[in-house]
Order: sequence, then C-alpha cells, then structure tokens
Amino acid sequence: MNENKKSPWSLLVDKLSFPTLIIAALFALILVIGHIMGLSVATLLSDTVKRSGMWGIMVLAMLPSIQSGTGPNFALPVGVECGLFAITIAIEFGFTGWSWFVVSILLGSALAIVVGFLYGKLLNAVKGSEMAIATYTGFSITAFMCILWLVVPFRSPNMGWFIGQGLRETIQLDVVEADKLLNELWDFQIGKDFIFPTGMILFCVVCCVVVWLFFRSKAGVAISAVGSSNSFAEASGLNIYRSRVLANVISTVLGAIGIVVYSQSYGYVQLYNAPLTMAFTAVAAILIGGASAARAKVFHVILGVFLFQGLMTSAPPVANKVFAGTDLSDILRMVIQNGVILYALTKVKKGGEQ
Amino acid sequence: MEQRTPGKGILSWIADNLVVLIFLAFTIIGLAFSEVSFSWFLSELTGRLYRNGLLVISLIIPVVAGLGLNFGIVIGAMAGQIGVIFVRFFGLGGIGGLLLAMLVAVPLSILFGWMTGILYNKTRGQETIAGLIVGYFANGLYYFLFLFVMGVVIKMPAGHPMIGQTGIGVRNTVDLGMADQGGLKYALDNIIKIPFCQALILIAAIILILQALRFVRKKQEMKVKKNRILTFVNMALCVAVIAVGAVSIATKNSLTTVVKVPVVTVLLIVAACVFTELILKTKLGQDFKSVGQSQSISEVSGINVDRTRIIAVIISTVLASWGQIIFLQNVGTLNVYNAHTQVGMFAVASILVGGASTAKATVRQAFVGTILFNAMFIMSPEIGQAVFGQALLGEYFRTFMVYGVIGFALGLYTWKANRKSRLTI
Repeated sequence: MNENKKSPWSLLVDKLSFPTLIIAALFALILVIGHIMGLSVATLLSDTVKRSGMWGIMVLAMLPSIQSGTGPNFALPVGVECGLFAITIAIEFGFTGWSWFVVSILLGSALAIVVGFLYGKLLNAVKGSEMAIATYTGFSITAFMCILWLVVPFRSPNMGWFIGQGLRETIQLDVVEADKLLNELWDFQIGKDFIFPTGMILFCVVCCVVVWLFFRSKAGVAISAVGSSNSFAEASGLNIYRSRVLANVISTVLGAIGIVVYSQSYGYVQLYNAPLTMAFTAVAAILIGGASAARAKVFHVILGVFLFQGLMTSAPPVANKVFAGTDLSDILRMVIQNGVILYALTKVKKGGEQ
Repeated sequence: MEQRTPGKGILSWIADNLVVLIFLAFTIIGLAFSEVSFSWFLSELTGRLYRNGLLVISLIIPVVAGLGLNFGIVIGAMAGQIGVIFVRFFGLGGIGGLLLAMLVAVPLSILFGWMTGILYNKTRGQETIAGLIVGYFANGLYYFLFLFVMGVVIKMPAGHPMIGQTGIGVRNTVDLGMADQGGLKYALDNIIKIPFCQALILIAAIILILQALRFVRKKQEMKVKKNRILTFVNMALCVAVIAVGAVSIATKNSLTTVVKVPVVTVLLIVAACVFTELILKTKLGQDFKSVGQSQSISEVSGINVDRTRIIAVIISTVLASWGQIIFLQNVGTLNVYNAHTQVGMFAVASILVGGASTAKATVRQAFVGTILFNAMFIMSPEIGQAVFGQALLGEYFRTFMVYGVIGFALGLYTWKANRKSRLTI
C-alpha cells in the first residue's frame, strides 16, 4: 500500500495520525496471523467491507458536529432513535421491501430534522461542555424510548410480543422483505469468499459525496469557519449559533439514515438498549481515521470506519484461534475504542478559563 | 442576596429545588399507590444508604477541587473488587479478611487515582466525559486481568471454586460466604447491630444535644432570628423523632420490624464525612478550594495546581474502593464483571439529586441525595406495577431518571454559567 504513495515514510506519519498508524498496523498484523492460522483472509475482508458499510453513515454523522466545533456527536442515539421510530412506523403501516426502505429514510429524516433542531438549540445553551451533555442526552433519549417501545400501541404482529404489550427487543426484517435489501442490490462475488455489497457501499458513497459537496457550499464553509474560530467567524458576520444548529441537524439526520442502512444489513431492528453505546463506536471510528475532536474530513470517515470495523470483525475469529477458550475481542474493543477517545480528549484545546 | 418579591421567591425556590421536589413527589406517590408497607420501604432505603453512602461521599473532594463529578470512581470500585477477589482467592474472610481487602485496595487505588489524575490534567475542562470514558477503558483492562491474565499468563488451579473448569478466567459470580463461616458477607455489618428505633432515638438525642450546645455556646449566631428559629425547629424535630421511636418500641408497631442498623458501617461512613469536612479545613483543603475557584490564580499564588488536583482524585479513588468493599460485604455476592460498571453513574446521580453541582458539593447534599435517589429507585418498579401493571416500565423509568438527572444537572449548570459569563462581558 505504501509504495503507491510518492511521499517518504516520515511524510506519511505526518499526514496520518498516531492512532491511525497503530490501528492500521494492528489490523495488518491480525490479518497476517489469521492467514498463518489458516483463516480465509478474503472472508475477513468481505465481512470488513460489509461492516464498514453498516457503520459508514453513522460515522459520517460525526463529521458535521466536529466541524461546527461541538465535538464528536456523542448524542448519536438521538438520530438513531428517530430512525428506529420511523422504521417501526413503516412496518406498522404495512410497508414492505423498497417502499419500507424509502418511507423509513424519509420519515426518519423528517423526525431527525425536528429533533436535531431542538438538540442543536440545547447544545447552544450549554456551549463549553457539549461532549458530556451530549452523551447524557443520548443516554436519556435511549432510556426514554425504552419506555415508549413498551407502551406504544402498535398492532403489527411482526413487531409485538406474542403475549403482553410492547414491541420486541429485535424485529426480524425478512418478514417485511427488507432483509439485506440494499446489500443484495447489484452485489457480486469475487473468488470464493469475497462478496461485495454494491448497493450499500454505493449508498454510503453517495452520502459521503453529498456531505463533501455540502462542506464546499456557502453554509458548509460557514460551519467549518465557526468550528475553527468563534471570534473570527463572528467578526466575519457569521451566525455561530445558527451554523452549530444546522450542523447538528445534519448529524442527527445522518444518524437516522445510518440506522436504517445498518438494520437492513443486519437483518434485524434492535430496539431498547441497543443504541445506548453506538455513539462511542462511531466516535472511535472517525478518530481512528485521523480526525481530532475539532477537525474532520470525509477521508477520515472512510479510512476510520474501514480500519476500526476491520479490526473488530477480524479480531474475534483470529483471537479464538490463537487463544482458545478466551474472549479477547470484547476486551480489545473496549480498550481500543475508549483509548482512542481518551487520546483525542487529551488533544482538545482548553476552553477559555478565566 | 438581592431583595425579591415573595411570589417570585417561591417560584425561584421551586426552580432551584425542582429535582428534589420531583423525587420527593415520586416517593410519596409510590407509597400512596403501591402495596408496599412503610417499614419495608424504610428497611430497603436504610439498607441502601449504608451500602452506597461512602461511594457518594467519595465524590465530594474532586468537586471542591474543581474537577467536577468524578465518574472515574468506577476505577476505585475496581480496586476494591480486586482486593475482595484477592482475599477470597486465598479463602480468607471475617473482619480480618475485610481489613486485608481494604489494605490491598489502598495501594492499587492510589496508583489508579494517580493515573486518572494525570489524565484529568491533560483533559482539563472535559473531566466529566474523560471520567466516563476512562471508566470504560479501565473496564477493558479489568476484564483483561480477570479473563486472560489469570489463567493464560498466570496459571491457575483448575479446581479452584473461583476459577472456571478450563482454568482460564475468574467466574462471573463469586459467592463471598457468610462472615461467621469464614466469608465476607456482613463482615462489617454484623459486628454490632442495634434495632432501628433505638438507633433513631440515639441519633436524634445526639443531634438534640449538639443543637442545644450550639444554642448555648454561639450566642452571636443566635442573635439572628432566622438561625434561632432553625435551631428550635431542629430541636423540635429531634424530640418528635425520639417520641416516635419511644412509642414504636412501647407499642411494638411496624417500625420495630425495620432492619437493624449496622453500627460499624455507619460509623465508618460518618468517619468519612468527618474526614472530608476536616481535610477541607487544612492547608490542603484550602488549596483544593482555591484550585476549584480558579486554576490560574492558584498557580500565581504558588499552589502546585496539577499536584493538588491529582491528590483530590487519589483521595476520591481510595474512598470509592472502600465504598465498594462495604457495598460488596453487604450484598454478599460479587458479580465480577458487572458490579462496578454502574457505580459512578448511580453515585453521581445521587449527589446531583441532593442539589450538588459540578462546582459545589457538601456532605449534606450527598446524604440527602442518596436518600432521595434510592427512594426513587425502590419505588419506581412498584409504581410501574401498581399504576401501569408493568414493573419493567418502572425499571426503564428509573434508568431514564438516572441519565436524565445527570444530563439535566450538567446542562443546567453550564447554561447558568454561560449566562453569567455573558452578563459580565
């Protein structure tokens, strides 16, 4: 991979951040060990691509909020719950297949625009401690939605318990003909083990391109300006607060779209506590890609989600081969995911202390 | 204090104590609508107070030192659990075993606290989120220690009751065993126990005497009418409590069925409160306060800010490790991989309910908060069952309250601070 780059090694180190290099090295090492232990590297890479597609849009959701200076969107569950609610509504009203997908995306985005607007207003009120408060906003919304899932008067037999009230923890999507809908669109196989989920990857790429283009528009440039310097942005006549709200609306909408794509690929919709810690995975991914808590690019999203999800999908089978009878993969996830976030937090510039 | 019109005063008082009022109302509604008896409720509540008290108190010093709410006490709890596992691995128990567990936990929690403190110094201004994440991070290392190092790196005897059949990793749950049979359960609680009513009378009597002494000694303070009235109200309340206790003992009503009070545990918690109060009066305590007020001014006046902050975190971590040991000897079984994960969240929510903020916390707030929070915690499933016919609903509701209270309190504090700073500019 390195030969393609014209720049010398030191320039590469400069360009990529420290976590990126560590995780990339670890990922490569695990693939090599896996190959030696007789695992199919093609299968591992195939799963990596699939998981990257599942997480891609949710990691992309980190970008607007980072650029606007509110830090990574630790309140990703806010958007995710909008998407989940839209999904359940679409099932309740009997949409299946592509109509289910389109209705879920549109309705989820509509909800996310409203909720994201309110969330953006909240972040403006608590400027300076956005990350901690965003985390608890996400937690609170998840817990609140747990109550809602239990009392919502939906009647579709595809979602309810056989006895009693409330929705199931996991809803199968094959009954609404939506299982792997996007994955299996134009998918193709290379060799024996490698399947490329064209539809899903294409959808992610389109989202990335849209976001990339948006950050070249006037509103997008304004958001980046606000994120890099409040006083400069204010002096140039930009409305800081409006830009921050806009960025978080986009982030929330991406969260809602992201969960729809995630669920169709997974084949199940996970309700209740499933979204609780999703934000941390997404935050870690973009940071691994080389973003900081204050600056991010679409490139960071793509690289980060590939490396992190690659590591997360390849580590369990390899670790199980090497150390039989242990479960190292979850430990690895906890240490890497949170270690990367901590590393990024130590790089956050101190806010104006009097 | 500015002068306010009376109506506005009441409104702002309600706004300031909104969280407390919600929790109070919740408890009262629960008692009114659910089937639970008041004595059962009191048993549960007091039990939880002894169990969680020290963990909540461990949060006070970092707040004073300006570090905010130390979610990192999770790491202290881990140190406590390592101590307990160490002791139980060698089959030790009783009060000696408990003391050994506490002793083992001290150097560990000092080390962990020191490292957490260094991290907080590097993440200045973001300590809350850093504390939360460092807890998750340390959890990974903790799992690594007990699932991998114990067994793969250090060979373990496969037949040991704490180790699984494969000889790798510690079991999910470790039974601590009863204290009188060489275990740890109730090792502290069962040393001396006195009935609830007698304890109530005793405590009320002590407070009554203290109040009376204060009334006699501090004549200057008593000249203020408000203070005088407060003292009288306190004394009257104490007399009322004594009367209730005496009547209960005489008539043997349901209050006598409330669980007995574990004297040593309570004394330990009181000692931690006194320690916290006293240390704030020393030179170190003054440093905590001034660093909490302004780091730059403290730096100029010759205080080693970084070192002071680290010491605050270390004290908090050590107290938390002991708090977790007290918690475990009361519960009696150790969920090796789960027992510590929620500790930070619950302790922080407790102290916030008591009216503490990121910048201010007192022993009184910790005490009131622990009672109110746990009252809500006990009543929530009961209300869910009684009003909605679903206990699960109540459980989700209380989870919502835990997260909501923390988010609300953090948000409210930042919002107020932002408004203030905008006004001064």
